[in-house]
Amino acid sequence: MDNEKDILEVRNLQVNFKTYAGDVKAIRNVNFDLRKGETLAIVGESGSGKSVTTRTIMGLNASNARITSGSIMYKGQDLLKKSEKEMQAIRGQDIAEIFQDPMTSLDPTMRIGRQIAEPLMVHKGMKKEKALKQALEMMKLVGITDAENRMNDYPHQFSGGMRQRIVIAIALINYPEVLIADEPTTALDVTIQAQILNLMKELQDKISTSIIFITHDLGVVAGMADRVAVMYAGKIVEYGTVDEIFYNPKHPYTWGLLSSMPTLDTKGDELPSIPGTPPDLLDPPTGDAFAARNQYALKIDTEKEPPFFKVSDTHYAATWLLHPDAPKVTPPAQIVARQEKYATMQKDLLAQQQQHGPVEEEEEKQ
Amino acid sequence: MDYENAKKILEVKHLKQYFNVGKADEVRAVDDISFDIYKGETFGLVGESGSGKTTTGRAIIHLYEPTSGEILFDGKNVDNFTSKEERHEFHQDMQMIFQDPYASLNPRMKVKDIVAEGIDINHLAKDDADRTNQVETLLETVGLNKDHSSRYPHEFSGGQRQRIGIARALAVHPKFVIADEPISALDVSIQAQVVNLMKKLQREQDLTYLFIAHDLSMVKYISDRIGVMHYGRMLEIADADEIYAHPLHDYTKSLLSAVPVPDPEFERTRQEIHYDAKNENDGKERHLVEISPHHYVRAADDEIAMYKQRAHEASLIKD
Repeated sequence: MDNEKDILEVRNLQVNFKTYAGDVKAIRNVNFDLRKGETLAIVGESGSGKSVTTRTIMGLNASNARITSGSIMYKGQDLLKKSEKEMQAIRGQDIAEIFQDPMTSLDPTMRIGRQIAEPLMVHKGMKKEKALKQALEMMKLVGITDAENRMNDYPHQFSGGMRQRIVIAIALINYPEVLIADEPTTALDVTIQAQILNLMKELQDKISTSIIFITHDLGVVAGMADRVAVMYAGKIVEYGTVDEIFYNPKHPYTWGLLSSMPTLDTKGDELPSIPGTPPDLLDPPTGDAFAARNQYALKIDTEKEPPFFKVSDTHYAATWLLHPDAPKVTPPAQIVARQEKYATMQKDLLAQQQQHGPVEEEEEKQ
Repeated sequence: MDYENAKKILEVKHLKQYFNVGKADEVRAVDDISFDIYKGETFGLVGESGSGKTTTGRAIIHLYEPTSGEILFDGKNVDNFTSKEERHEFHQDMQMIFQDPYASLNPRMKVKDIVAEGIDINHLAKDDADRTNQVETLLETVGLNKDHSSRYPHEFSGGQRQRIGIARALAVHPKFVIADEPISALDVSIQAQVVNLMKKLQREQDLTYLFIAHDLSMVKYISDRIGVMHYGRMLEIADADEIYAHPLHDYTKSLLSAVPVPDPEFERTRQEIHYDAKNENDGKERHLVEISPHHYVRAADDEIAMYKQRAHEASLIKD
């Protein structure tokens, strides 16, 4: 696991929130790695702990949060052991975040050129003129038209899509190693969303940032992610490459998520839906937290928590269904269709490799 | 869609809804749109924010005084009812489900009072027992428990709140429901639950829906016909399957090409089509033209041939 390529390693992370009703166990033992230059998508419903995970990395949790165990290693240092002052030096410099709502994450009283330049002045002690010059470059890079004149405008003078570009410019101005994007396009229209996503991909190529992408939109994940981690009730329940998660999912929750989203071809009277609601994390259920909503649940799911079963070197899922003794189940029709598509894709790939050798693969990696 | 036996329940004719009329900051939110909605169907209205889809919905339920144009509901003009009774009847027949389940329920009212408000205003309950009974039936219809009736909105999740909003709309037995982004604020797995509920209620109670949303895959799934709006204008109207398979207007094509699909292989090869809105403002007179049967596109006179050609290539027109 101590891979040189890993830039961020999260181990055994547990976060509780103290409330008047008791401790809410928001993150329950989460492990993952972020590799250099990749995009890792974390998907799940609201309340599954996606945002808490990233806020813990940033050291931005609310004051009632208690990190009860775990470590977050960044460049050989544990971020959880840093003081607030040390974290301030890292935030916006090494690790930056694009927030969900471009309407509220900008300062309404500050000209946007100044807002984009601020991280340079704070972290690098740069003089204002020089910082503003770099801010202008960044504005052009993120595609703000007429940047010279618009530098002195205030946020309210921009549309939602333009504001999100400004937020991205602020996050990227110091060329961070890690970029956390928390639902960066959820508040935007599809056409604008497409532009912003393309922009993020383009910029990632240019400055080779690693991105943690949080979203509940699986369509966006399919287009953006290299690897995907699916979270449910404070745990990661399945992770793998984007192809493995979309074409060969193993966890029933992933099945449910994938089939409850209509594609443009979905027909029929009833959309497959996941019944019920997520469990209360004040008192998480014993065993598999998804068991109560899972039509494939086994008896053992309510008694013992499933460990991660290996599907491939890159693909793991925490479900008892993968145990050698588990009964064989047939996933929902849409999932079967996905698996069939995957099988043919794999075959095509193999045939292609035999013909041309693995040249194409290498090109993609660069 | 069976057009032969379809009966129009709503006709929107040349509706214009301007704000700040005559001032420097005049906004033409809805600019001369016309469309019909048939009884029992779901008409989906899609477009980006600022396209005027919400304003259209609000003008139909008469939250605004239209600048000009007519809205006919069951053949009657909603703008000039002659009697109080007529207006009451209209407000019973047409109801609305709102986008934000957190903002659209009064936090200081109990669920039973929220749901029963329409029953009280329209005097639909004989006595207290009847009122309670109606509320409990409604809650069960939308998949909630009757014990929930004495709780407050904050005790419910987003999906449950949206169910309360639906129960409130159904309390007065409407014929026509305007759902303005009813699922946008909900999680994916909960969205499917609410959409299934809406479809079930439509079958059981013979409802007609105007479904306003920007999530194109969900709109396609729930709608029979779809209208695409842009800058306050209706650019294209057609059957849901047809408009997605064979969009004729460039804007519709561009909008569809931007929809993310949960399929990595598809996403890797996706081609986005860009749309230049300038073409629309070249001063030419444009109006909705029926290019192929029941497929309307907003076109200028000299563009009709081009759209016909496109429809021909998509074999929507037979020789």
